Amino acid sequence: MSIVLETKNLSKSFGGLKATDNVSFQLKAGARHALIGPNGAGKTTFVNLLSGVLQPSSGSIWLDGQDITNWTSRRRAISGLARTFQINQLFVDLTPLQTLMIAIAERQSSGAHLLHPVGSRKDHVEESVELLTRLGLADVMTQRVGSLPYGRQRLIEIALALAARPRVLLLDEPAAGVPESERGQILDVIDALPKDVALVLIEHDMDLVFRFAKSISVLVNGALFMEGTPSQIANDPRVRQVYLGEEEIAHV
Amino acid sequence: MSASHSAQDMQQTLLKQARWKWPEILFWLALASLYVLFPSKLSLLSEILILALLALSIDLVLGFAGIVTLGQGAFFGLGAYTAALMGKWGMGTAPLSDPLIGLIGAALVSGLVGFATSFLVLRGSDLTRLMVTLGVALMIEELANKLKWLTGGSDGLQGVLIAPILGNWDFDIFGKVSFVYCYVVVFVMFVIARQFMHAPFGLSLLAIKGNPLRARAIGLPVNERLVMVYTIAAMMAGVAGALLAQTTQFASLDMVAFHRSADALLILIFGGAGYLYGGFVGAFVFRVMQDVLGNITPQYWQFWLGIVLLLLVLFIRGGLLGLLRHLRDRYAPNLMGPPSSSRES
Repeated sequence: MSIVLETKNLSKSFGGLKATDNVSFQLKAGARHALIGPNGAGKTTFVNLLSGVLQPSSGSIWLDGQDITNWTSRRRAISGLARTFQINQLFVDLTPLQTLMIAIAERQSSGAHLLHPVGSRKDHVEESVELLTRLGLADVMTQRVGSLPYGRQRLIEIALALAARPRVLLLDEPAAGVPESERGQILDVIDALPKDVALVLIEHDMDLVFRFAKSISVLVNGALFMEGTPSQIANDPRVRQVYLGEEEIAHV
Repeated sequence: MSASHSAQDMQQTLLKQARWKWPEILFWLALASLYVLFPSKLSLLSEILILALLALSIDLVLGFAGIVTLGQGAFFGLGAYTAALMGKWGMGTAPLSDPLIGLIGAALVSGLVGFATSFLVLRGSDLTRLMVTLGVALMIEELANKLKWLTGGSDGLQGVLIAPILGNWDFDIFGKVSFVYCYVVVFVMFVIARQFMHAPFGLSLLAIKGNPLRARAIGLPVNERLVMVYTIAAMMAGVAGALLAQTTQFASLDMVAFHRSADALLILIFGGAGYLYGGFVGAFVFRVMQDVLGNITPQYWQFWLGIVLLLLVLFIRGGLLGLLRHLRDRYAPNLMGPPSSSRES
């Protein structure tokens, strides 16, 4: 299996705090990988480094064998690296349909077109509708995103990332803040994600991790603490130690 | 089958937003009818149209892309001086004094300066942008004052001669030709702005305004789009300035002055930003109020204007058009089709 995403000795400091500490990490094509760790372990900082929201203090990031360390988040996005955000980052005044139309137009480099109205490209509309339907958002396509329940907005987070047709998808706590009743829908969507997309699930919730992940990295104090299969991680006494008092690893 | 059917419906829903609606058609017909209804007020009406075009240019930048600007008047002034100088140098004969060529010249000069200064507004907060646009405008205003040999300084630019429109229609002292000229040019500019804002370009601006972080994360070239819209808006403001210079055959420091930026911004907020029509509604109400209040209390009309403005901004989101939309959504939701959430400001 080929490596799609790799970091080499990646570090990020905020003042004296090492939020990411010398992380060397590899992600295989089509992987189902989880990144876990206690609160404040630096999971979100790591995702922000990968997606280009933050610049590393040292080390490098590679996508498909290319050094992307100095690329803007925009360039990473159009090269196949997509992410969702832990706290919704959506266009609240637009509709889900418009939201996806924007992402698809950008992917097709037609986002700056001036003359033909939005909706002229039938293929773009079809793709938006297909994606929204697949994610169970067909009934709210033309409603204002900001007026939708939080769980539905979480799904739009994922739909927006998928519209870029990524090869690597970073899901930052996809079910965070979602009420129990709307949770099932999000789990189903993650289950049904395309198999060729390499997935990194950044999670705090062990149910979710052990349901989806085929491999797990544990991050502690910004550094890689351990990597392995779910059963290795679940049965490792040191990991239990780290999580002691935090959460009980009940599954597997 | 049902999915493709639904896609067709959705395509119609999207395309419907770009279609001309009957209130719009009525609006432009009503504007045209003013020519017959108020033959003695034609120069005031032309001035309102020009002001509305300036406010429209701010709408593209503020209402769509979310950039606060206090410097749009500078591009207006640049356009005015460019058109006036071309008229003067052409000595009333084509090509330099031709009004349409003058408009193009004004758009190019304003667009060039807009493009060059657009890079200053890419970074920073609203406050930074406010100060940067204000700073650029003050510099241009001072330049117009200092370059007396070129602009005439505080005396204004005299001897501006404009050739007949298309070599056929000369500007008359009653302002008839001026009004028709302004109406046609402003309408064409409006159609262009409308087309751009309903295209993917306009939608991408709304995304930038809504959430620039996410816009970048989905691969949207935020800076490129902002440069584009800022340049287009500068060109439009330049055309507005050129219209004023050509129809009055004069250019003065007043046309490049700061108060024009502030007035136009105020008018846009008043009418409602992000609707394309806010500048038009605002300009009319503003000037009519100025007229009416000025007759009642000649010295204190600005006081009452201030009160109306405060009430509007404090209690109604989105200006007069925001109020209209609110009322429509509340009392007659089916009157004009579904509310388009996309044009909220």
